[in-house]
Amino acid sequence: MVAFSGWEMPLEYSGIADEHLAVRTRAGLFDVSHMGELEIAGKDALAAVQHVTSNDASRLVVGQAQYSALLTDRGTFVDDVMVYRLAPQHFLIVTNAANTSKAYAWIADRIGAYGDTVVVDTSSRYALLALQGPCSAAALQPLTRVDLDALPAFAFATGEVAGVRATISRTGYTGEDGFEIFTPPQSADRVWQAILAADPAMGVVPAGLGARDTLRLEAALRLYGHEIDETITPLEAGLERIVGWGKKGFIGLAALRAQKAQGVARRLIGFELTDPGVARRGHAVFREGSATGTVTSGTVTPFLKRAIGMAYVGAADAAPGTELEIEIRGRRPRARVVPLPFYRRATPRRP
Amino acid sequence: MAYPSGFKYTRDHEWIEIDGDRGKVGITDYAQRQLGDVVYLELPEVGTTLAQGQSFGTVESVKAVSDIFAPVSGEVVAVNEAVKARPEVINKDPHGSWLVMLKLSDPDQAAGLLDAEQYARLVK
Repeated sequence: MVAFSGWEMPLEYSGIADEHLAVRTRAGLFDVSHMGELEIAGKDALAAVQHVTSNDASRLVVGQAQYSALLTDRGTFVDDVMVYRLAPQHFLIVTNAANTSKAYAWIADRIGAYGDTVVVDTSSRYALLALQGPCSAAALQPLTRVDLDALPAFAFATGEVAGVRATISRTGYTGEDGFEIFTPPQSADRVWQAILAADPAMGVVPAGLGARDTLRLEAALRLYGHEIDETITPLEAGLERIVGWGKKGFIGLAALRAQKAQGVARRLIGFELTDPGVARRGHAVFREGSATGTVTSGTVTPFLKRAIGMAYVGAADAAPGTELEIEIRGRRPRARVVPLPFYRRATPRRP
Repeated sequence: MAYPSGFKYTRDHEWIEIDGDRGKVGITDYAQRQLGDVVYLELPEVGTTLAQGQSFGTVESVKAVSDIFAPVSGEVVAVNEAVKARPEVINKDPHGSWLVMLKLSDPDQAAGLLDAEQYARLVK
């Protein structure tokens, strides 16, 4: 167990590599109840959400979710979030554990102009379990009457899992197909046990924070505090897809427009070491001997079994194929810029 | 996993199996369990001279990197290239996976190391 943002979290159960491979080939079950939940509701809730988040929430129908961000006036990340449209004027925003109170205060300070709309921190009302991997649907379906086949990526539905009221969302943070299941905390253990008791042929294993980190790295999913923070914009982080350029306005838009016009000075890249070594967060990155940036995440991942990582480098050094060097304890093994993500699952989801 | 009685151990979780003036050095079962899946080893060149307690390389696991320290002073006379090529064997057989072999410059230092029983108590 490790301390994480005020929670005691399991780093690993059977081992990071074992759990990681289970998620890539069968399924793994994570307890991610540390994630925060904020709800915005009221007659102008959509307008309020449009103002405080970067992505275009008007594109969501009820029962859909999107990846988005809360940005500062400078266009940098207060947090990266998932936005769920629960009802036409009722949204659920899932935040990073460490950012929940900051995000709550930040939203509360900025939605005053939206009449009857309020933000409530409902984190204590939800436990959150993530069932991830190619066998997830087959393992979960016997426990619920929600038709999982009818649930495409980024859709969610409310029903029961193992007799417990739950919202089932086809989302995750591993690069695999899977579900995130919101349940009342007092019943979460029952859902957890029921899923782990699934048909042994599904091979569902409990998985911890360690595998969650290596899985998200292979899938090039950004982690707050590593790839994104209050100094980084979505354009630098390669997340232009969560910028709603067509929206009337949102906090940070002006700064992003200016940055877009000017071009970014640094970019997030993926790299692979071509000499022996393992790059880690904080290691300096060079190109032909000149410093160009810093590693944000890196390890040897259990599925790809290569020393990979992400880093910020000067925009001129970000093209795939660029040869870099990474300083690791006095040595400078070579690395090459590679396209992100490192891993993309072979079988696309149903259309 | 039992700690072999013929080995000596350090408080930094290395073991050394001494045979005459030579000693094979590895990391203990406790160390590999703390590190988790080992993915990479950085080891010194043959001919490197080490002082007792000196860091002579690193063991990298998926989640962390850890220094390895010389249990006694000596010169590196061999590096286990097989383990270097497949570092994951350290998780399966930590006490059979030596990393370097030292030619001891002061064999008396070994008397100051822990025996298996003392080490097992340390990590209990």
